[in-house]
Amino acid sequence: MIFRAVQFTIRLYRPFYGGNMLELKNISFEVSGDSGSKEILQQINLLLPDDCFIAVTGPNGGGKSTLAKMIAGIEQPTSGQILLNGEDITHMEITERAQKGISFAFQQPVRFKGITVLDLIRISVGHDLTVSQACEYLSEVGLCARDYIHREVNGSLSGGELKRIEIATSLARSAPLSIFDEPEAGIDLWSFQNLVQVFENMKCKLHGSILIISHQERILNIADVVLVVVDGRIVRQGERDEVLPELLNSSDVGGCRFYQERK
Amino acid sequence: MDLIQKKLLEAVAGLHEIPTGAFNIRSNGKSVERRTTEHIDILSKEDGSGIDIRVKPEVRGESVHIPVIISQSGLSEAVYNNFYIGENADVTIIAGCGIHNGGTKASQHDGIHRFFLAPGARVRYIEKHYGSGDGMGKRIMNPQTIVHIAENGYMEMETVQIKGVDSTERLTTADLDAGATLVVTERLLTHGCQSAKSTFEVALNGEGAGTHIISRSVAKEHSKQLFISRVNGNAPCSGHTECDAIIMDEASVRAVPEIAANCTDAALIHEAAIGKIAGEQIVKLMSLGLTEQQAEEQIISGFLK
Repeated sequence: MIFRAVQFTIRLYRPFYGGNMLELKNISFEVSGDSGSKEILQQINLLLPDDCFIAVTGPNGGGKSTLAKMIAGIEQPTSGQILLNGEDITHMEITERAQKGISFAFQQPVRFKGITVLDLIRISVGHDLTVSQACEYLSEVGLCARDYIHREVNGSLSGGELKRIEIATSLARSAPLSIFDEPEAGIDLWSFQNLVQVFENMKCKLHGSILIISHQERILNIADVVLVVVDGRIVRQGERDEVLPELLNSSDVGGCRFYQERK
Repeated sequence: MDLIQKKLLEAVAGLHEIPTGAFNIRSNGKSVERRTTEHIDILSKEDGSGIDIRVKPEVRGESVHIPVIISQSGLSEAVYNNFYIGENADVTIIAGCGIHNGGTKASQHDGIHRFFLAPGARVRYIEKHYGSGDGMGKRIMNPQTIVHIAENGYMEMETVQIKGVDSTERLTTADLDAGATLVVTERLLTHGCQSAKSTFEVALNGEGAGTHIISRSVAKEHSKQLFISRVNGNAPCSGHTECDAIIMDEASVRAVPEIAANCTDAALIHEAAIGKIAGEQIVKLMSLGLTEQQAEEQIISGFLK
């Protein structure tokens, strides 16, 4: 019931009456190991409307990344359903989901021997583009394009550089649904303000929805909706102005209080 | 020259037309076209077993193309080419061999290239191997490169064998005087039941001599590869050898790096890594919209670039 109320309020404040970009229905994910099976996600229900910026937060190990991977198709749910623009994509491959408009920026960017930054941006855009066009994406994430465009996406780049290139490739995709898994991880404090700017710009320019996993208050601050995931469950979701003050005033952010409340 | 020969020529030398600079085109066992320049001379050996290429001292920015193409099934040849590079010359040499075998008999080209670099000479040597044709006859290439680099000479060698060569045994040996440098990058892809063996033996004999040997290879299907590198540091010098291989399907790859230091100031490093394509690389490219197969091709072509 809480969930429906949230939807209602969001729609009141945002001038759209369009569809829902993404819908998760009763998504559960279990892994089995030596010590029996473990539930990583339990009965997740989520509705992400068109053009909505949603931030997912919560303690480490709570299942946030798994949730994002589930949407991108990197992990398959044990049960439940995933709808993209009303279409069931639960059993679709990563490629098909990407082609249907899901973009996913990894928490830990992948390294490639021999593949250059330019190659990656070209693949992301999906067609050929000039070096100067590709450079614009790099400039947007605060990298001096000239220095990076022909570099290989390998171990010679630092964690922060790789991370920014990862975000640049996501921008290049300009997908209807962009997912970012902790984009702030590994980014130095000085560049952080620019990063927030990147997402603000994205929100203005992009016609689509953004789902961003983050621990950073300043990123949560620019979201429309904030979602708190603890121990594989959504324990709180609502408009930023409602959820954020609760989160920040709580001594154990996203921790037991919500969990107990739910129980 | 017929269409098949033209295609081979394009594959191994990137040539559509007659190149600029000096060249010698060998087709089906004979020199068919040649041009010398004021600074670069090409002479046939008297017994017809190859050519001598002489670059005058201080010549800069010129190039020599010496492609070999074989389109006649069952032809087997050994060719001895010598390159004499004058003092302080700086040239690019593009060699390469393409075999089209549409028949049932094996075609074989063994190119033995000797390089003599005078003090201060610089050479960029590019060698491409390519095979085509749907006949049962094998396409075999066994190149040997023997390099002597005098003081402060520099040689960069790029070898590429990406397609269609059934069997190859490559041997590269080099000796380097003081201040001389040899940089080798090898790119190799084998598939089907192909086999490839590549051996490097480098002697660093003078103070300040240095070498980098980098081999990147991909072995697919049932192919087999063997990579051997031996670097001997006989003086204060630096040597680095690196073998990096991607293995797929039922293929096998062996890497045998060896370094020997005979001087306390010889700094030698070897690295060797063999593994399959990392799953996360495929996943990442799929998440950008490529299919699994396209992702694999992209990773391999990048790796072999």
